[in-house]
Amino acid sequence: MNQWKNFSKGFIKDNPVFVLLLGLCPTLAVTSSAINGLGMGLATMFVLVCSNMVVSLIKNLIPDKVRIPSFIVIIASFVTIVELIMEGFAPALFEALGIFIPLIVVNCIVLGRAEGFASKQSFISSLIDGLGMGLGFAFALTLLGAVREALGNGSIFGYKFIEGDAILVFILSPGAFIVLGYLIALLNRFRKTT
Amino acid sequence: MEYLIIIISAIFVSNIVLAQFLGICPFLGVSGKVSTSVGMSGAVLFVMTIATIITWLVYQYVLLPFGITFLQTISFILIIASLVQMVEIILKKVSPPLYQALGIYLPLITTNCAIMGVALLTVAKPDFDLLKGVVFAVASALGFGLAMLLFAGIREHLDLMDVPKGMRGVPIALVTAGILALAFMGFTGLV
Repeated sequence: MNQWKNFSKGFIKDNPVFVLLLGLCPTLAVTSSAINGLGMGLATMFVLVCSNMVVSLIKNLIPDKVRIPSFIVIIASFVTIVELIMEGFAPALFEALGIFIPLIVVNCIVLGRAEGFASKQSFISSLIDGLGMGLGFAFALTLLGAVREALGNGSIFGYKFIEGDAILVFILSPGAFIVLGYLIALLNRFRKTT
Repeated sequence: MEYLIIIISAIFVSNIVLAQFLGICPFLGVSGKVSTSVGMSGAVLFVMTIATIITWLVYQYVLLPFGITFLQTISFILIIASLVQMVEIILKKVSPPLYQALGIYLPLITTNCAIMGVALLTVAKPDFDLLKGVVFAVASALGFGLAMLLFAGIREHLDLMDVPKGMRGVPIALVTAGILALAFMGFTGLV
């Protein structure tokens, strides 16, 4: 398989958020600012890459019947590692992301790649797939966070470019749905024309 | 009174779907028809209540005394996954009609973050005892059901509307959900 294609598919063609619509709970919940989106995206990417690697290494050792529970245990172990590292080194981010860090376990994108890709492919392919998908996910979250922060707070990554009040509703819950809706619509339009 | 406040805040003020973003996947995935959304909400109500009871007990009597609370993510997901399997098996044997109604939604529930989310929220609240936890779980599930039903009702009408090409399907559904969330924001400050 062409590894570059394998890597790049996560960005636009099979973007987990904009196209596959997987993992929407953290996508909508934590993207009130670009930095939160990036943090969540990187945490998920780490779990995705590690679980993909381990699953592809031990895919022949797991009996078929118990494969889903085994995948879940592998994923949960890496999520616990991320949780502990974040709590120790980035407590502010850990506080801001709240229960959505442990909820990476039930993020369908991670289990989806383990079951749909890593359990059938070689180690290298799985590693690259995890990296591509994870980067695509982080990219989508950062983009959504940046748009919401720009509209709702007049800043990007904390740098304010509008003085005074902005449209606050975009960093509250309704804004998440509306911005994601329009971003997907925009992407649909873009994909139709090219 | 205390219980009433928990119920109202879980259903309306911090609605689990529209304000806390838990359970978005089924919210968007199976809300095409009113009948399927009723089935899904029933299954969530059932599993969420039992899962919250068991995870609360495990947290209080196993994880806390032994000082191994860092294992909560791993133990909760295992409890929920096996619980869903068990409920499926028991329901099949004990109540075939109920199994008929909820059966196809049960496997989907393992990866429904609403279940895990409510379990985590319940143990994170220090002033919650078991009864308050159960009330909170039931009310959250009812809030999920309310949001599902409203959304499914709107989407059934949406199918007949003339929507611009790029907005068809998911985008318009998300914008609709956004407006629904805006409406629920009106409950802020109620309790």
